[in-house]
Amino acid sequence: MSAATPSGEFEHPDVVICPGGPVLLRGEHVVADEQGRTHRTTRPVTAVCRCGKSATQPWCDGTHKVLPPRSRP
Amino acid sequence: MLTPKARGALSEAVLEAMRVRPADMTPACATPAESRDDEQVTLWALYELHHRGFDDVDDELEWDPDLLALRRRLERTFEARLRERWSPPAELPGPGSFAEAFFAFVEGHDGASLAAHVHRDADTEQVLELFRLRSVYHLKESDPTAWLVPRLGVGAKAALMELQYDEYGTGDPNRLHAHLFARGLEACGLSPEYGAYLNDVPVEVLEQNNAMSLFGLHRRLRGAALGHLAAFEATSSLPSRRMAQGLARLGLAREMVDYYDEHVAADAVHEQLAVRTVCGSLLVAEPALVGDVFFGAFSCLDLEDRVARHLLAQWAA
Repeated sequence: MSAATPSGEFEHPDVVICPGGPVLLRGEHVVADEQGRTHRTTRPVTAVCRCGKSATQPWCDGTHKVLPPRSRP
Repeated sequence: MLTPKARGALSEAVLEAMRVRPADMTPACATPAESRDDEQVTLWALYELHHRGFDDVDDELEWDPDLLALRRRLERTFEARLRERWSPPAELPGPGSFAEAFFAFVEGHDGASLAAHVHRDADTEQVLELFRLRSVYHLKESDPTAWLVPRLGVGAKAALMELQYDEYGTGDPNRLHAHLFARGLEACGLSPEYGAYLNDVPVEVLEQNNAMSLFGLHRRLRGAALGHLAAFEATSSLPSRRMAQGLARLGLAREMVDYYDEHVAADAVHEQLAVRTVCGSLLVAEPALVGDVFFGAFSCLDLEDRVARHLLAQWAA
């Protein structure tokens, strides 16, 4: 999302690490969870849990926001 | 959908004029609003001409100059009221610290929570009432935000479409969020018809819906519209999980639980996109809009708070 000239190139990474939150994956991926079970992404962008507390592993469900700041990824 | 019931002298005159289309619309449009209810239902009906319209109103009236002038008059009053409710913070973040400041702002807003009530305490009648009220927006979910697309620069436009594409089911009508809600309504024994419950909703719900149309229809307010979107997404994922658990507790239809489950996952993504890439890109290109982004976010949180307090007070009585 860098400022670009009218014809410039924009940054558009496939993997985005959100400070204190999930990692975003753009496109189709197969993610293995901590037990080694695989899960296929189903939407254009997917949020993968990084705090370990999501109830819908391996996906983010927003739980990181109720953790004390020190416990956030 | 037919025109809604009037709620005072202004809506009585204007809705009647919309239906019969007299030679001169001016007298109806000059009627003073009797109450906030009267003002807001009139404004809602004027906005609806730009959404799906009414079966008993000529589509031509969407661009009727008298109705547009009236809409503008009501919007000025409404926007001034929204701005009066908002106290801008002394310092607004720059683009580098925007996302963290925005999430902190949303987390710091301590509002009443309908999801918490549904999670543990609500009975079925209360939840069905909530669905009827929510249906006014959820059956046109994301539509007011779609008006933003042609008004944005390249970065923010692409970012918004990445989010909206998911809202609209990535091209699959069965996954379109508004349609998921319609299926949920029907499965709960409620009408899935667009606008079916408009006559039942309190003024707080009308204001909540009108604010989205106001922000969406005015290019000048694009910052507020995207701030509203970001705050909406950032307060959806966790409450949606509580809603889903509350509905399961009451044994309500699986289709409606699915709607909320879908929002747990979708909005965990959308909140990051809306804050970081949509508003983030907007503010890189147009940093002066940061105040409006926060104004829109506050309005979203405050209007939901008013709906929640209204319902919780009514249910406690």
